[in-house]
Amino acid sequence: MNFATGTLRIGARAADLKTIAYRLAAALAICVVLTAASDVFLTTNNLLNVLRQASLLFLLASGLTLVILTAGLDLSVGANIGMSACIAASVIKLTGSAVLGAMTGVGIGLTIGLANGVLVALMRMPPFIATYGMLWVVHGVTYWFMAGTTIYGFPPGFRALGSGHFLGVPIPVYLMFVFLALGTFFAQRTTYGQEIYAIGANREAARLSGVPIAKRLILVYAVSGAMAGLASLVFLARMNSAEGDIGEAFTLPAIAAALIGGTSLFGGVGTVSGTLVGALILTLVLNGMNLLTIDASWQPLVTGVIVLLAVFFDTLTRKGEA
Amino acid sequence: MSDTIIAIRPSAFGAGLRRVPGVAWILGLLVVVFALASRDFLSAPNLLNIGLQSVILLMLALPMTLIIMTEGVDISMGAVLTLASVVLAWVLAHEYSLMFALAASLVTGLVFGIVNGMLVALLKMPPFVVTLGTMGIAQGLALLATDGQSIVVSNSTLEAVYAGSWAGIPQTLLIGAAAYAVTHWLLYQTRFGTYVFALGGNPDALKLAGIRANFYLIAVYAFGGLMAGLAALILTSRMSSGHPTAAIGMEFDAIAAVVVGGTSFEHGNGWLFGTLLGVLAVGALRNGLNLLTIPSSVQVSCIGLLVIVALLIDGFKGKR
Repeated sequence: MNFATGTLRIGARAADLKTIAYRLAAALAICVVLTAASDVFLTTNNLLNVLRQASLLFLLASGLTLVILTAGLDLSVGANIGMSACIAASVIKLTGSAVLGAMTGVGIGLTIGLANGVLVALMRMPPFIATYGMLWVVHGVTYWFMAGTTIYGFPPGFRALGSGHFLGVPIPVYLMFVFLALGTFFAQRTTYGQEIYAIGANREAARLSGVPIAKRLILVYAVSGAMAGLASLVFLARMNSAEGDIGEAFTLPAIAAALIGGTSLFGGVGTVSGTLVGALILTLVLNGMNLLTIDASWQPLVTGVIVLLAVFFDTLTRKGEA
Repeated sequence: MSDTIIAIRPSAFGAGLRRVPGVAWILGLLVVVFALASRDFLSAPNLLNIGLQSVILLMLALPMTLIIMTEGVDISMGAVLTLASVVLAWVLAHEYSLMFALAASLVTGLVFGIVNGMLVALLKMPPFVVTLGTMGIAQGLALLATDGQSIVVSNSTLEAVYAGSWAGIPQTLLIGAAAYAVTHWLLYQTRFGTYVFALGGNPDALKLAGIRANFYLIAVYAFGGLMAGLAALILTSRMSSGHPTAAIGMEFDAIAAVVVGGTSFEHGNGWLFGTLLGVLAVGALRNGLNLLTIPSSVQVSCIGLLVIVALLIDGFKGKR
C-alpha cells in the first residue's frame, strides 16, 4: 500500500506546486490592486496585520484541511473555537495559570474533535450532518456556560500569544510557520499522512490495502478539533475577552481558506501549504474591503460567493480528470 | 440495482408504518415527560401554542424532507427565510400592498431555491457546501438591507395573517395544513413525487428512462425556496417586523424534524407523515423546555443531541 500511495503522491506533487504557484500569483495580483487602490495597504503595519489575521485563519483551516483530504468536513470548528475559548478563559480566571488555561483550551478542542471522529468513523454518520449536529450541541453548551456574561482581562504572558511580537513580527505568524512545517511534514512525509490521502482518493482501495480507516478518520477529526482549540487561544489572547458567540464567524472562512487553497471536497487532493495561501488570499480580500471602507456586513456575502466559486472550480477540475 | 422506479415507490403509509414506533415513541416520551414536569403543558392554550409555533418549522421541514430524500440538504433555508421576511417587511414599509410584498418574498425564496438547485443539479456541486455558500449570501443581503436593525411594519392585514381565524380555526394552522396537503399530494400523487423517490434511490435509472432528472432536482430545491418565501409571511406577521437574524439556524430544527421523522440521508427513504410527527416532537421539546424555563441555548443543544441520537438509531437499523 505504501507503494500505491507513494506513486500517487509523486504524481501529484508537480501538480500541487503548480496549484500553489497559481494561487500565489493570484495573491500577488490582489496585492497589486490593493496597493493601487489604497495608500495604507503597503505599510508594514497593515501587512503584518494581514499576516496576523491570516495566521489565525490558517491555524484553524490547517486541521480542517486534513479532514477535507479524507473527503469529510468539519462544520463544528467555529463552535469549537467558542467553547474552547470560553472554558479556557474561565480556567485562566479561576486559577490564574495561563498554562493550565491553554491546556484546557486545546483539551476541549481535542475532545470535541474526538467526538466528531467517533460519530463519523465508528457510527458511520455522514460527516457534515454529524459535525453540524455537534455544532449546535457545542454552541448551546457554550451559551449556557457563559449565560450572557463576558470574561475579560488576561495576564500579559498569555496575551502575548495573540498580540505579542518577536523581532517585530507578531507571535501568531511564527505559530503559522511552525504548523505549516509540522502539517506539511505530517501530510507528505509520514505514513499517516499518506494513508489520509489514500482514504480520500479511494476509500475502498485504501481499505483493501490495509489502511485502518476508522483510526485515521478519528485522528484527522481529533487534529482538526485540537487545532480549533489552539486557534481559540490565539484569538482569545488577541481579543482579551471571551463571549459565547466568539467563534461563530469562523466556520465559513476556514472552509473557504482550504477550498481556495486547492483542497478538493471530494478528497485526496490538496496541501496544507495551499491552505496557507488560501487563508492569505481570503484575508487580503477582507482586509482590502476594510481599507476601502466597505461595510463589514458585506463580509458574509463575499465569503459565501468565494466559497461557491472555489467549489465551482473544484468541481470543474474534477470533471476534467474523470 | 434492479429496482425499477415503480418498485421503489412506496405507498404513503405502507413503507412508513415500520417507522411509526420510532418517532411516535419519541413524541410520546416527550409529551409524558413534560406533562409530568409542568402542569401547563397539556392545557388547551399551550397545545394550540405548540401547533401555532410549529407551522413555520413545518413549512421548512416539508420541502427539506424532499431535498434530503434526493440525498441533498439545504442549509441556506433559515437564512433565506430571514431574507424573504426582511424583503417582505421592506416592501410593506414602503407602502406597497401586502400581495405585492408577498410576491416579492416568494420570488426571493424561489430565486435562492433555483440557484441552489442549479448549482447542485447542473454543476454537480456538493449540496451542503453550495447551500452553506448561499446561506452566507442570504445572511449578508439581509444584514445589508436592514443595516442590522429591525424593519417594523404596522399593517393590520399582515397582522391578521397570524392572529386571524377562519371558522374558529386559527388561520396559521390552516396555512400549515394546506402546506402539508400540497406537499403530500406532490410527493405521493404526482409524477414529480415519483421522481423525487427515484432521485435519491436510483438517479441513473431516471436518466436511462429518458427523464430530465436535473429538471426535477432543481424543482425540489425551488420548492424549498418557495416554501421559505411563504413561511416568511407567517414569520413577519408574527413579529410585525423583519429582523436580519430572525430565523438564522432554523434550518437545523427542520433537519432535526426530518431526521427524527425517519427520513434517511441515503437511498431516498422518506416519509412525509414522519416529518409532521418530527416537527411536533421538536415543537414539543422547545415548548416544554420553555415552560421549564430552560434557556434557548440548552434547547439548541438538546435538538442537536436529538439529531445525533436519531442518526444513531438510523445507523443501527441500516446495519441490520
